[in-house]
Amino acid sequence: MEMTEIRPDAASAVPVQVLRLYIAGQTARSAKAFANLTRICEEHLKGQYRIEVIDLTQDPQLAAGDQILAVPTLVRLLPEPVRKIIGDLSNTDRVLVGLDIRPAR
Amino acid sequence: MAFSDSGEHHLRTVARLPKSPTGIDGFDQITAGGLPTGRPTLVCGSPGCGKTLFAMSFLVNGATKFDEPGVFMSFEESNDELAENVASLGYDLPALIEKKKIVLDHVRVERSEIEETGDYDLEGLFVRLGFAIDSIGARRVVLDTIESLFAGLSNESILRAELRRLFRWLKDKGVTAVITGERGEGSLTRQGLEEYVSDAVILLDHRVIEQISTRRLRIVKYRGSAHGTNEYPFLIDEDGIAVLPITSMGLAHGASTERISSGVDRLDTMLGGQGYYRGSTILVSGTAGAGKSSLGAHFVDAACRRGERCLVFLFEESPQQVVRNMRSIGLDLQPWIDRGLLEYHASRPALHGLEMHLSLMYRAIERVRPAVVVIDPVSSLLSVAATADVRATLTRLVDHLKTQNITALMTSLSHGKSELERTDAEISSIVDTWLLLVTLESNGERNRGLYVLKSRGMGHSNQIREFLLTGHGIELVDVYAGAGGVLTGSARLTQQAQERAAEIAQQQEIERKGRTLDRLRAALEAELASLRAKFEAEQADLAADIEQERARIARLRADQQSIAESRQADSDNNGSERRDERHVDNRRSRKR
Repeated sequence: MEMTEIRPDAASAVPVQVLRLYIAGQTARSAKAFANLTRICEEHLKGQYRIEVIDLTQDPQLAAGDQILAVPTLVRLLPEPVRKIIGDLSNTDRVLVGLDIRPAR
Repeated sequence: MAFSDSGEHHLRTVARLPKSPTGIDGFDQITAGGLPTGRPTLVCGSPGCGKTLFAMSFLVNGATKFDEPGVFMSFEESNDELAENVASLGYDLPALIEKKKIVLDHVRVERSEIEETGDYDLEGLFVRLGFAIDSIGARRVVLDTIESLFAGLSNESILRAELRRLFRWLKDKGVTAVITGERGEGSLTRQGLEEYVSDAVILLDHRVIEQISTRRLRIVKYRGSAHGTNEYPFLIDEDGIAVLPITSMGLAHGASTERISSGVDRLDTMLGGQGYYRGSTILVSGTAGAGKSSLGAHFVDAACRRGERCLVFLFEESPQQVVRNMRSIGLDLQPWIDRGLLEYHASRPALHGLEMHLSLMYRAIERVRPAVVVIDPVSSLLSVAATADVRATLTRLVDHLKTQNITALMTSLSHGKSELERTDAEISSIVDTWLLLVTLESNGERNRGLYVLKSRGMGHSNQIREFLLTGHGIELVDVYAGAGGVLTGSARLTQQAQERAAEIAQQQEIERKGRTLDRLRAALEAELASLRAKFEAEQADLAADIEQERARIARLRADQQSIAESRQADSDNNGSERRDERHVDNRRSRKR
């Protein structure tokens, strides 16, 4: 399991976003999704997020647990409710809506 | 030679198309072995048609009977729901999962929870499936119902591309897969999955016609394999799913020369003296209350006495009712039931469609393996299907019974003369022996009559017999057939009484004449005796006279002699010479 963890800012009052990104192998799409995700988090959730990356080609047994079908899939584990965003996260607005950071328009 | 070689080679490759048995009764027969090994098969049908069950049977049978572990990936039901649903069929999924024979993976796709942004693929699904397959070394895979993905994910073009890739990938994996799909409008599946799965397509159907449901299965396509193209009825019951291989419409069954008793002595006599042929089919038709069931019961009783197993299908009465009713004619069938020789299957005709009835009968026959089958009455099945269907269905059943050398007796209720002609004629050509029970109405009473309409392969009686239901079973008696027509019942008894009276009178007349004759003879004897006495008396007198006359002649001679001697005659012959001269004179005078 490849773990990329970014420590949140301890002083923040906003609930921490616990995110898990499922990918399958180090593909261009995986890299793109990861880049998009970190960019969005840095811009909108600075210091309030945690990202865990799971490569299913290495840990296939983890796919069933979060009901993963599509890759890349971003799962927001916390705060509840669990949300899923699939795709390479290239549409920032939809990612923000998916993470409840910005209300849907 | 080269041509025939290549032809042979071709045939051999076709025959060698590897198949994985499903273990589903009948299905492996109609597909000559099962589903194509290492390829995906599409099983489609409307909701509730039994797709999931079919797929699960394929998987569980693979794991339990053919040592092929399997993965069930469900897109609809959760693992617990699945396990619960198939527990009623006797499939213990938790135990199979425990033994690493089966893996269940419930794929839940909730559109409301999913946001789509940008490009993606379904590699996650591949990984999951691949992992599940590898974890138990699975040889079989079920995807039920993968079309649900179309509801959960919005990017159809990605989905289609990925499904195509998935089926390719399954083939590469070498697993035998069943993919279920929901029946769509004007196409086999809603999402046109048949485009991707091109090896085998099976269509399940659940039709309700006139409130009677029938499940049917059809093999739409089976690349590289011969297969039946009919619609085959199938059923789902506590034993799982079973398809009826009703392909056996052949006439290749053997013909036994063994004869078995009908249970009624006189009837055996009418049938060439020995009863029915074993393995033949007997139709007993007649109106209500003609005694059809009783005749069937006699046949069953006789078979049980021989120690043969009997299976009786009832469509109008309960077994208890039959046992009670047969007791009233002196037949106790209960001991045979207790000894396991006799088994009843009772169901209302309207409970199932015709095909289902037939399926259930097939199943029961396969299980019980009886020597004798009775269907009482077969005409009840007419009420659940069109006549043409009944005929085809019964033909299959009869063929099946004949190949198993099972003797079958079917009763048929006819409502009247014209009805009898119509319905019975439909099935009469497939039966070997046709007995007709008729009610003869005359002089204000109804009596039963029986005759043998036909009986293949034996000389049979052409006589009508009066059919009596007595306290000790069926009795057949000769009817009175004479100048006054055919008489039965009390008319026959009256006639018989009259005949007896006439006979007695005749007897008396004969005796009287005999006595007269005796008297005449005695008189004659007496006459003869008296004549003889008289004769003897006369005879005695005459003999005495003759004696006297002779004595007198002798004396006369003696006197003449003594006279001659006394006269010193020349010879002894003088006297006689003179007599001779006198004779000559007489002759001379006559000439003159």
